Amino acid sequence: QDLSLPNGTPVDTSSPASSSSLLNRLQLDDDLDVETRDLFVTVDDPKKHVCTMETYITYRVTTKTTRAEFDLPEYSVRRRYQDFDWLRNKLEESQPTHLIPPLPEKFVVKGVVDRFSEEFVETRRKALDKFLKRITDHPVLSFNEHFNVFLTAKDLNAYKKQGMALLSKMGESVKYVTGGYKLRSRPLEFAAIGDYLDTFSLKLGTIDRIAQRIIKEQLEYLVELREYGPVYSTWGGLEVELSEPLEGVSACIGNCCTALEELSEDMTEDFLPVLREYILYAESMKNVLKKRDQVQAEYEAKLEAVALKREDRPKVPADVEKCQDRVECFNADLKADMERWQNNKRQDFRQLLMGMADKNIQYYEKVCVT
Amino acid sequence: MEDCLAKKMEITVSEAEKRTGRNAMNIQETYTAYLIETRAVESQSEGQCAPVESLWRRYSEFELLRNYLSVTYSHIVVPPLPEKRADFVWHKLSADNMDPDFVERRRIGLENFLLRVASHPVLCQDKIFYAFLMQEGGWKEMVNETGFQLKADSRLKALNATFRVKNPDKRFTELKHYSDELQSVISHLLRVRARVADRLYGVYKVHGNYGRVFSEWSAIEKEMGDGLQSAGHHMDVYAASIDDILEEEEHYADQLKEYLFYAEALRAVCRKHELMQYDLEMAAQDLTSKKQQCEELATGTVRTFSLKGMTSKLFGQETPEQREAKIKVLEEQIQEGEEQLKSKNLEGRDFVKSAWADIERFKEQKNHDLKEALISYAVMQISMCKKGIQVWTNAKECFSKM
Repeated sequence: QDLSLPNGTPVDTSSPASSSSLLNRLQLDDDLDVETRDLFVTVDDPKKHVCTMETYITYRVTTKTTRAEFDLPEYSVRRRYQDFDWLRNKLEESQPTHLIPPLPEKFVVKGVVDRFSEEFVETRRKALDKFLKRITDHPVLSFNEHFNVFLTAKDLNAYKKQGMALLSKMGESVKYVTGGYKLRSRPLEFAAIGDYLDTFSLKLGTIDRIAQRIIKEQLEYLVELREYGPVYSTWGGLEVELSEPLEGVSACIGNCCTALEELSEDMTEDFLPVLREYILYAESMKNVLKKRDQVQAEYEAKLEAVALKREDRPKVPADVEKCQDRVECFNADLKADMERWQNNKRQDFRQLLMGMADKNIQYYEKVCVT
Repeated sequence: MEDCLAKKMEITVSEAEKRTGRNAMNIQETYTAYLIETRAVESQSEGQCAPVESLWRRYSEFELLRNYLSVTYSHIVVPPLPEKRADFVWHKLSADNMDPDFVERRRIGLENFLLRVASHPVLCQDKIFYAFLMQEGGWKEMVNETGFQLKADSRLKALNATFRVKNPDKRFTELKHYSDELQSVISHLLRVRARVADRLYGVYKVHGNYGRVFSEWSAIEKEMGDGLQSAGHHMDVYAASIDDILEEEEHYADQLKEYLFYAEALRAVCRKHELMQYDLEMAAQDLTSKKQQCEELATGTVRTFSLKGMTSKLFGQETPEQREAKIKVLEEQIQEGEEQLKSKNLEGRDFVKSAWADIERFKEQKNHDLKEALISYAVMQISMCKKGIQVWTNAKECFSKM
């Protein structure tokens, strides 16, 4: 099936030159996206469902759009994590050359984390919301058929079953042969990306550990602080003139405890999940790179075969070359995207961290005036 | 306060020096000597400065001075010395007496002690104290010659011994109770504070790890690199700042410690009153019983059981001459006893009066000092927070430039 640009014109993918113009057009669209956004998706309102077989949470997914691909301007459906997971798999299948945003972790160790606690559900909701927003912002993924169904179908399960039956048909998925082809040489560019992602994941992992350690130390500090405050109060009980200032100090310390608690909570709920999300992102990016390698390997093998056969079969290699170009274009585009997102996101959550530190410290200020 | 020594003289403990010497048992030991410098304060002189006089003293001499003062002025709440051994330490400080930080804080504590004594209206006039400041040689002998050790009531050291005092001044009983509670609450406070400091140190230092990893991360980034690198630098600054912060807090801890030890001195005064009252009541009791004995002998009636009475019943009565002699002895004793009782009573009342005056003075000093200490502690906390805000704001700016 031919790809078409968001504005409906078919892509001329017969030559590399058109691929770069494709790239340009896509980038242009990206910039216009900001002003002419025509699709808005939100995830909210988590609800617990208790059934005989299981208990689970559903989230409300609200869509507002002016796009022609949607029958109605507004939709509101309920989805559970399973459904999001299904969507992501479908997107990976149907758009293998693209980076699909990560989902929050599927499995949670029972007993360690309470799957139904408010904090956990809220953290998950935010991550699911971000997942859908990222797809919405993507010039190609947002037009994916499965995405459309996910947002609109009343009965998603029926559609899912349908999809299973069609799996055997080639349909819209471009099949990639897995394994069997050895890559001659990876272009420097992609080798660099691979190395970058490795180091990047490593560093994020380290930061995750440091942040967790800080939270732990802060909580231990909190424990001591909680004992410290009341001692001043006890002392205040002994004194006459000094009782007011002593009580004051005790109250201050109490407020500090509260502020510190909030800081640790915010870090756990907002900072750490984003770090982990990016680590997952890096993982999925690496997978795409592997696939790209496979495509290149296949292309090279086929090229060799053609050279050996000396047959005039321009079509197959051309197809494969088409693929590779597409991969390269999209990869570059998405990498640029990712960096941009990364910057903004980093700025966002670093500011969040700063804001939290600020809040903490401002509390201290307000509170420590005798 | 007009006559107090502190106004007439500048006193500092300016240096500390490690020394080796032989002690009383002729064993070689290492100790620290402290340099006491004094200079008379000239009022309104045109740039004229009196010469600085100085001498060296070691901690044990300070101890001797304080013992002398607390025995000689048992009605005064005598300022305490800084602790003998490092207590309430958190992990960074060592408990070693030779540790330079400890020696430094002790030097400050000793100076504070001398200033306290010099500003006390009664204590500053003491000759031994003056000699301690001015006369290097022969001071120890001078102190011992006062014979103060004989006056020392060994019972004061037995802190836990109880004396059944029937009529103590209620104020002193309450005050003793207060000083016990104060000691307990301040030591608890100091212990927890040390733990709090320890934990806070941990929190700050772990942030230093951010500095390193940001640096490493910045190496692989293009646009984000500079921002990360400079933010990492700020994290390092943050981690390093805790050292100074906690050092300043030690000063606060020392102020609290002073009053922890002051509580002991306060308790000693209350105890002294108890003991005086006890002695008084014992003397009164003794007098009463002697009077009774006298009466019995004179009238021949035995009102209370006494061994004498029993033995005389068993072994026959005494002769009238013997009885007369006994009565005379008793009458003398009774007269002595009455005089003693009178003087003890007077002593007791004087003690209560002057002790209570000093206690009032102490209370005011305590309230003033502790209020100031709490305020400066709060100021310290605020400055710590401001520094924190500064660092994080800087880091935030770096991030925003990414």
